[in-house]
Amino acid sequence: MSKLYTFLKYFFITFWTVFVVAPFLWAVSTSFKDFQSVNSKVTYIPWLDFEPTLEGWRVLIKSPAKGGVDIVEPYFNSIFVTCTASLISIVLGTLAAYALSRFTFKAGFVRNNDITFFFISQRIMPPIVLSIPFFIFLSTIGLLDSLLGLVVVYIVLLMPIAVWIMVDFFNRVPKELDETALIDGCNPYQAFYKVVLPNSIPGLIVAGMFCIIFGWIDFFFAFILTFTEVQLLPVKVVALNSSITPWWSLSASALVSVAPLIIVAFIVERYLSKGNLSGALK
Amino acid sequence: MNLIGEKISYKPDEQFHLNDVSFNFKKGNLYTILGRTLSGKTTLLKTIAGLLNPDQGSISFEEKDFIKIPVWERNVAMVYQQFINYPHLNVYENITFPLEQRKLSPEQIKKDVDDALKTVGLVGFENRKIQELSGGQQQRVALARSLAKKAKILLLDEPLVNLDYKLREQLREEFKRIFSEGLSQDTILIYSTTDPQEVMELNGEVIVLDEGKVLQKGPAKEIFENPSNLKVAEISNDPPMNVLKGSKNPKNLNFENISLEIPNHFKNLEDKDYNFGIRASEIKLDKNGEEFEIELAEISGSETLLHLKRGNSKIIALIEEVMNFKIHEKVKINFNVNKFYAFGEDEKLVSSPYGGTNG
Repeated sequence: MSKLYTFLKYFFITFWTVFVVAPFLWAVSTSFKDFQSVNSKVTYIPWLDFEPTLEGWRVLIKSPAKGGVDIVEPYFNSIFVTCTASLISIVLGTLAAYALSRFTFKAGFVRNNDITFFFISQRIMPPIVLSIPFFIFLSTIGLLDSLLGLVVVYIVLLMPIAVWIMVDFFNRVPKELDETALIDGCNPYQAFYKVVLPNSIPGLIVAGMFCIIFGWIDFFFAFILTFTEVQLLPVKVVALNSSITPWWSLSASALVSVAPLIIVAFIVERYLSKGNLSGALK
Repeated sequence: MNLIGEKISYKPDEQFHLNDVSFNFKKGNLYTILGRTLSGKTTLLKTIAGLLNPDQGSISFEEKDFIKIPVWERNVAMVYQQFINYPHLNVYENITFPLEQRKLSPEQIKKDVDDALKTVGLVGFENRKIQELSGGQQQRVALARSLAKKAKILLLDEPLVNLDYKLREQLREEFKRIFSEGLSQDTILIYSTTDPQEVMELNGEVIVLDEGKVLQKGPAKEIFENPSNLKVAEISNDPPMNVLKGSKNPKNLNFENISLEIPNHFKNLEDKDYNFGIRASEIKLDKNGEEFEIELAEISGSETLLHLKRGNSKIIALIEEVMNFKIHEKVKINFNVNKFYAFGEDEKLVSSPYGGTNG
């Protein structure tokens, strides 16, 4: 029984690993090819199957004047927009979540759960529903095709995620912990930042990670709300696909654009596996 | 100078959590609040701490209106039944936390913390993380934190309930020592529990609480000897006091077709129907006794709890040895009639073997 279990376990892990890693390997391999190697026959292994070239990668940093596509500026635009929006979302979202978790709000028929649902409902709507209002809103305040405008929109998109994750997290932190802090001489603000916040780091990391992922991979709003002044990475990557698909530079740019997420995942995984809260809070 | 509560009521939903509770706690004394789960013990302690505001009533301490003072300025300490410590701090930092919050000098903090660690027996654990400690040790840290504060009001909310049996016994012994050594004469200690044995051992002033109402107040011995009504008799005994519906006539006591001779303390009792009360430990196996059917036999430690039935009456007998019984077997038992209580049909105490009556 346990042998079978171990076998199945490793079988599925192996299967899943291959399933996940294969496209990456394919992309890595393709990024070193040129037109010839892509179109001649099915090839996988550099030097053996085909002669690797760095052309696909070089194009990414060359300026358009020299026939390149220059994803450096969109790259930093994406980093700026994602990080700023995530940071603001986490700060505001955490405060909102703490309030929703610990205090009781009553306004007419509206209760805490309704407010929490209001936040989540922003993510339930298909994004296309929001596209026209956002477009009109940004053009009215003159922030269309600007980094600031994108930050504003991304906060609207990311804060619900932060609120949602943090409400759930705070609900699992016993309120006796806050109460003990109050009894030990903290006023409510001190109780929050001296006791609750330091114990919420795993939750903050998870929320932060989700914000960064959802911000980073968004294509739809970046596509609709920007034209020429500002471009974000996903839009730029897709724009590479012209009459002849440049598979090599497309692969290279795709790898560059997922790299930050992979790095984030590795850093975060370490914090998450620590399980800071288990044991001390029951 | 006392902590005085007057007519405190708290009713957040349909049910009263506290219903017209009044108390007068004096400094240097130990008070125990005895009541079952959900009887309002925690609510009462939280109200004193300031975490809850009662709907009605007043609390004053040192002649000041306590309700107007926010929690963080009240200088109370509280230990919860869950082991609540600050998980992000180590043992030492956990205990210094409230002291730093009060901005005491570093020398003073060091001294107070060392004293507290010594009192609870955690010297050498200063740099341990909370997660690395056992439940008993975690509760000791929580206790040390509240002792180090030298708060004028120390609240302990069922501090032993989540510990295993053996550790509970051990900590209970230590608590008695800590309470007699580690506390100043300035402190009011309030200890809530569901366990009558804890109440007897701590031997303080007792408040029996049920459904948010105070049923009886008095010294532990008085509560044990003369429970003012059936409810108190049930709450203050473990296993709960047995109740037998019966009657007294000029010649004997009758219940379930059993006749017993009238004990001396019942001689002056009116002849009518009563609820008789008898503790499980006052029932013995006896070949010449009355026949009961066994419904359940529990062995706990060196004792056996027999759940017995006869007619409509169900009782529990505590046999002080480990014996094997079969369910539905008949046993013969004898009641120590000199330890019979009589409660009226209104459930109030009429006569007790220790001479107390209600009113």
